Amino acid sequence: MPPVIINKEETILGVRRIVERIGATRADLIPVLQAITNEFGFISQPAMEELSTLMNLPTQEIHSVATFYRMLSTQPRGRHVIQFCESAPCHVVGGREVFATLKQALALEPGQTSPDNKWTLLTTSCLGVCGMGPVILIDTDMYGNVTPEQIKEILSRYE
Amino acid sequence: MAYYRSTVLVSMDPVCIEKGALEIKEQLIKELALLKLSDEVQVLDSPRLGDPETEGPDILVYPEGSHYIQLSPATVGPIVLEHFVKGRELQQYKAQMRDVLDEELGEPKDKEIRIILENIGKIDPRNIEDYIAVDGYQALAKVLGEMSPEEVIQTILDSKLRGRGGAGFPTGLKWKFARQAPDTPKYMICNADEGDPGAFMNRKVLEGDPHSVLEGMTIGAYAVGANQGYVYCRAEYPIAVSTLNTAIKQAREYGLLGKDILGSGFDFDIEVRMGAGAFVCGEETALMASIEGSRGEPRARPPFPASKGLWGKPTNINNVETYANVPKIIHRGLEWYTSMGTEKSKGTKTFALAGDVVHTGLIEVPFGLTLREIIYDIGGGIKGGKAFKAVQTGGPMGGCLPVSDLDLPVDYETLGAAGSIMGSGGMIVMDEGTCMVDIARFFMEFTQDESCGKCVPCRVGTRRLLEILEKICAGNGEEGDIEELEELSNQIRKNSLCGLGQGAPNPVLSTLNHFMDEYKAHIYEKRCPAKVCRALIKYEILDGPCTGCTVCARNCPVGAISGERKQTHVIDQDICIKCGICHQVCQFDAINVS
Repeated sequence: MPPVIINKEETILGVRRIVERIGATRADLIPVLQAITNEFGFISQPAMEELSTLMNLPTQEIHSVATFYRMLSTQPRGRHVIQFCESAPCHVVGGREVFATLKQALALEPGQTSPDNKWTLLTTSCLGVCGMGPVILIDTDMYGNVTPEQIKEILSRYE
Repeated sequence: MAYYRSTVLVSMDPVCIEKGALEIKEQLIKELALLKLSDEVQVLDSPRLGDPETEGPDILVYPEGSHYIQLSPATVGPIVLEHFVKGRELQQYKAQMRDVLDEELGEPKDKEIRIILENIGKIDPRNIEDYIAVDGYQALAKVLGEMSPEEVIQTILDSKLRGRGGAGFPTGLKWKFARQAPDTPKYMICNADEGDPGAFMNRKVLEGDPHSVLEGMTIGAYAVGANQGYVYCRAEYPIAVSTLNTAIKQAREYGLLGKDILGSGFDFDIEVRMGAGAFVCGEETALMASIEGSRGEPRARPPFPASKGLWGKPTNINNVETYANVPKIIHRGLEWYTSMGTEKSKGTKTFALAGDVVHTGLIEVPFGLTLREIIYDIGGGIKGGKAFKAVQTGGPMGGCLPVSDLDLPVDYETLGAAGSIMGSGGMIVMDEGTCMVDIARFFMEFTQDESCGKCVPCRVGTRRLLEILEKICAGNGEEGDIEELEELSNQIRKNSLCGLGQGAPNPVLSTLNHFMDEYKAHIYEKRCPAKVCRALIKYEILDGPCTGCTVCARNCPVGAISGERKQTHVIDQDICIKCGICHQVCQFDAINVS
């Protein structure tokens, strides 16, 4: 994987902006980390260090919270994040075959990012749209009633 | 708050205003005053009702739901006279009834009773006036105006309302404990972290009728003596979060949240907190840790949240559906509420039917209906005319119940005794093509992944269970595996810290209990009777039915199928990954699974 370039100054300014908007108390930590993930794609080391100063918390403590929640990422992600719903209702209506095909098509296992930084494959917990399983979420686009044959076409929609 | 018998909503869409909506409203108020109906019928502004271009200016009259369209000041008089004095709808101005029902929520079936879901799809969740027009906030007005906190608690105790999050603890008792706790301030939490796969009842309520939850929480806060509330909603539900925030904002504007609610001197406000994707946060102590900004790890109880909860203060925590029941109980009375359900489980329960059932989606039934009635009469039976094999109730911590349990009534005690749980209301139906060992493995994969890692029985135990199940599914099962699964399951159940670990072995124990034959077939005969476990099956192309159409070869993702056009094809077993696509795409039933 190519090295990820982090603009340290931009990250620090971004983190300050977010903390100013949301707050710097302990209860604000998770919303702040969520906002950082949304804005920068992941929570980088410089971001954690800046947060540590602003919130007066040890970096380890921030790291421990950031790695606990699935939606917070301390690893860079690809341009598109594919989330496959691995829940039982999707599983029993053919999700297994869809997931196998998806992994094959991307040549990725869950949690991995493609070498060209295009895709990150993740699994997600139930999205609550079980009436139309199997479900795939690509960035914010949701695809329902997916069959293995459709995977190729769906992936081709993304640059 | 005055009690109006009817509410008229006047569309204040810019197009309607241009067409004279303000004059219509003025005329309405004048006509109602002339007939001395001003105290009985209230007139409210509303955002767009129908299509302003073709139907405006228009009004909507509740509780009847009559939609009068294309109005002019001259038509207002006759409508007021006919509708409010004579009680007749004036057909010539009425809009054709449109189907506004939600698509995830079909027409109610015969055996359903909808209380929690009744407003969904019928009111605009982003317009508080719609909720007020269907008697919304009447219960809150009654509570604040006429009842003491003790009376509210007694009413909820008498209603026998039980926690809809799954455990079924009496709600009134929980409130009583929180009220009696000496410490202050007290907090009110709504658990909207609906993480059970396949369960989306709460999402629907939050998206379709958010005020019913806010009203229930506010009533509870008054009873408990709390002034601050939090709704902890999972981030997988972005629409629910945004609907809730709109609802809270509107409730504040109407004086139904915030300082001095309805002039009663009672202060209460609510804030929405979002989860960040951790299943265990549905557990109440983990949820509170997450609101506090820490890792969502559960802690040992006692102390229970009612004495030491959020930030160490007395906290009452209920789930979405529990709160949504509260206004209905207060407004419509105990007699009505307790007429539904069984002796120990009163009222209704929403379920999300999923899996191999004809009608998937949300349903709401009184407690006491049998599984058979739910799956066959309401769910329409099994898809594709296949045979029923099992139903898994209560999410990943629930058990799988076989055919012989189909006539059990659905209530907390019965499901518990059968080796499953009520849970939050997921119901996954499985047909004969489901491998129960694979299902047990699947749920264990889920729980071991979601285990927060704090206590050893859950963290290590679920991992070991999964390894044994994986071994069996891979065809490497051996003598002693079944006994080990049983022993390990019992250890995990007894020694885990929270409900996640304690419930984790349920799918294994229930499938061992009801489907032992399948485990034995996997272990001793190296055979998967449902033809699901890949290591134990083989795909072959049959000579006779194969027409050589090449569809399978073209669809095979690994190129394992070869053969000339119009000649029987062959699968190379060394390359085949057993994905089953060839079996799905073959039009001639030429792929045999053995």
